Amino acid sequence: MGLLDHLARRTEPARAESTAAPADAVFTTKALRKFLACLTSRDSPTLLDLGPVVGSNVTFFGEQLGCKIFVEDIFADLDRHAREGKLDALPSFFGTRFPQEAGTVDGILCWDLVDYLDWKSAVALAAELTRLLRPDGALLGFFGTAQRGVDREYTKFIVVDDANLRYRAYPAARGRQKVLLNRDIIRLFSGLQVSDSFLLLNNLREILFRKPAA
Amino acid sequence: MWPKRDEGRPPVGQPPTAPPPVPAAAPPQAGGYRPETTRTMEKDLVNIGKSVVIKGELAGSEDLTIEGQVEGTIQLRDHVLTIGPNGKIKAQVFAKSVIVLGEVNGNVTATDKVDIRDNGSVDGDIVAPRVAIAEGAHFRGSVDMQRRNVAQPAAAAAKPAAPGAPSQPQAQTPPAAAPQRVGA
Repeated sequence: MGLLDHLARRTEPARAESTAAPADAVFTTKALRKFLACLTSRDSPTLLDLGPVVGSNVTFFGEQLGCKIFVEDIFADLDRHAREGKLDALPSFFGTRFPQEAGTVDGILCWDLVDYLDWKSAVALAAELTRLLRPDGALLGFFGTAQRGVDREYTKFIVVDDANLRYRAYPAARGRQKVLLNRDIIRLFSGLQVSDSFLLLNNLREILFRKPAA
Repeated sequence: MWPKRDEGRPPVGQPPTAPPPVPAAAPPQAGGYRPETTRTMEKDLVNIGKSVVIKGELAGSEDLTIEGQVEGTIQLRDHVLTIGPNGKIKAQVFAKSVIVLGEVNGNVTATDKVDIRDNGSVDGDIVAPRVAIAEGAHFRGSVDMQRRNVAQPAAAAAKPAAPGAPSQPQAQTPPAAAPQRVGA
């Protein structure tokens, strides 16, 4: 009896762990540190975040780095277009989507947005982002290296610190599109230069672009 | 034979026992009496109810909770403004602190903090030294936290990692002239 009780008690925590929601995975980031260095070299930098709003990221970039942050959730726009069956209108939509003036943004967090776009939409978005970026400004993009089947989910990238990102998945109306080759990515952001590129263990390519100084 | 013990007196060498605690706020009695503390708290809470619609300039010098609709300007320079879950604001907001549980459409300026809670929504620009946005909140606009003279932690961290340090495999993107497929 005593032994059975003891065994039952030992298995309880394991059962509790299995029913709990899986914790978000934390992955190393190599490019974020360099991206931050680009931002902090400026006084009161302006940051454009293309992902969904994340409170702790706002605190990190706003409070700790003194950035002025524009949150423009393009994933939400993409989702809306997918639900309404208006994906063909995305390229023209991107042309008028951003209210910021040309050459006024110091840094852009593009995350893995391009992975979810068709080529035409990606070209339109890249052109807009290049236009918004200030000379010497930086753009951080993530690109998958393998098709992951039907993964209808986006990822929120939550900054843990300058070397770690927490990945939090949430439902999407559209999955990832074709995996882009490096040369395609370079062609896409032809107005920018690749400053640094890293292939992570989780098969994500982190690429930091810089806009050439005028 | 033995002297009768005095139950009310503490034993020698021990401090006298404290009187039994009095409940801080007793429930209201039948005659309508309420303790002073409750009355004071209620006096400081001002609430604009669900059915109230205000168009124009709203200014005040006490904390305010809005559950109704306001269009125009709200100014509570030294006080806390709470937009309740039913509150719908289409206004420029100026306050010491703003807590959003409902909807705000307009720019929000706070001298202390803006707090967008779960299910709260802000479409507009926020200017405040501290901003908290909960998971599940909606926000579209810009955040300016007006940092002044804050250290730059990332500047020092921007150095490349030591060559011997354990790290993930890195792949420099090949130049455009010699493209190479990674992964897949």
